[in-house]
Amino acid sequence: MSSARRTQIGQLARRSVLRTLRQPAQLVPAIFVPLFIFAVTAPGLKSATLLPGFPTSSYVTFALAVPFIQGALFAVTNTGTDLAIDIQSGFLKRIALSPLRGPSLIVGFLAGAVALALIQAAIFLSVGLAAGAHFEAGVGGVPVLLALWMLITVGCGALGLFVGLRTGSGYLVGSFYPVLVAFVFLSSLLLPRNLIAVDWFREIATYNPVSYLVEGIRSLMMTGWDAEALALGFGCAAAIALVGIAAASNELPKRLVRT
Amino acid sequence: MNGGFRGVAAAIAWRNIRQIAATTSMFIPLLSFPLFFFVALIGGLSSVKDVPGFDFAGDYASFQFVFVLLQSAAAGGAIAGIAIAIDFQTGFARRLLLAAPNRTGILAGYVIVALQQALVVWAVLAVVGLIAGMQINGNGVDLFGLFALAALVNVAATLMSAGVAMRIRSLQAGPLMQMPVLIVFFLAPVFVPTALLTGWIHTVAQLNPVTALLNAGRSLISGQPEVVALAFGIAVALVVLMALWARGGLRSAEAAG
Repeated sequence: MSSARRTQIGQLARRSVLRTLRQPAQLVPAIFVPLFIFAVTAPGLKSATLLPGFPTSSYVTFALAVPFIQGALFAVTNTGTDLAIDIQSGFLKRIALSPLRGPSLIVGFLAGAVALALIQAAIFLSVGLAAGAHFEAGVGGVPVLLALWMLITVGCGALGLFVGLRTGSGYLVGSFYPVLVAFVFLSSLLLPRNLIAVDWFREIATYNPVSYLVEGIRSLMMTGWDAEALALGFGCAAAIALVGIAAASNELPKRLVRT
Repeated sequence: MNGGFRGVAAAIAWRNIRQIAATTSMFIPLLSFPLFFFVALIGGLSSVKDVPGFDFAGDYASFQFVFVLLQSAAAGGAIAGIAIAIDFQTGFARRLLLAAPNRTGILAGYVIVALQQALVVWAVLAVVGLIAGMQINGNGVDLFGLFALAALVNVAATLMSAGVAMRIRSLQAGPLMQMPVLIVFFLAPVFVPTALLTGWIHTVAQLNPVTALLNAGRSLISGQPEVVALAFGIAVALVVLMALWARGGLRSAEAAG
């Protein structure tokens, strides 16, 4: 990569980061909505630990994966909405006149989501530990958690870019939110899969990649080092990221046509 | 009630109902959110009913049906406020204020639209619940009471969001309409009865008026009515308070020109 290209990507990434940090309407909900859901589910479902076979006596620890997964939804909507605004405002047409293309642009546009994800992770983890959650993997598990969380964010952000490029409308990106919520809730987010009593739901949760993202994050908190859960978590996150980046890269040239 | 009021209310209602029927993308989020939530709760959490001390006469589907019914009633009302905000942003509402012989009819029109949308959502939720084998022990009167309670919640939420929308007159007000509804409903006994809640949420839930609405609704669907008078009292009081709030919003919009 040439130094000029690196500078261009750096400028785009800087713009994306500053734009995210300067928009309280994006920043505040992305932190407080997941924390609120964590705050109500942890004490609200604590009695579920009394179910025979529940893997821990601390529902706070079990529920700490909830804000991470909920937070990832904001990566989809925030990146998608920002890009849709760039399309509507004509910014992308100006970019079309520059030599920047494909993955370089995607990297630039995702920088804001990654910066926000770092802030989210620090806050979610601090609040969770302060609320009494355990982190069985210890200090060494923190960089692994961050790596998995960044990969999830990149995947979700890339999916958001795809939706933003495809629709070109912030309103339509917003209407995609219920689909994402469905994906998140049709998983093992609130109960472990072996305790889901309804067969069809357990089946859906088993095929839903979100379950493996949840279980990957949760394994570091609940069991320590679970190679299978981590491999599945990283594998699903990498697959989502690849699909998202490929889909966004495929849509991008259609929006970069010089007219 | 005079002809001007009825005419304005009917015209607003007819316009918005036609608009929603023509633009399915506006209705899909309204329907899909409670539907996904209902399916996720009854499918994913049904074993919570086996927790010792889960004291509810019906099954978990009926326990959650009441929550989703009342929550969708309130959320539908909040979304109606967004439609009002859009009308202000596009300039339609200002023309409406000039043309309407009775401006209170404008509020009534939006209330009718929100209620009509809520009825469609509730019908779909009920069908899904019945398909899932939801146990209904309450009789016809109990069920009428449950839906009447939901209707009052819908009217109160619509008036609340109308008051916000007419004061701010911009789509930026969206979170101010939706967030209070989300917060107040999740600070109630969502997943388990109040007795099984622990920590701070137990205290908050006991003070939250939505808890009384949920408890009454759950008692009605299980055929063992309790705290029904209190719940209706709270719902009617909310409607009256929010009507005054919405009326103030209308005055604010009129003053802004």
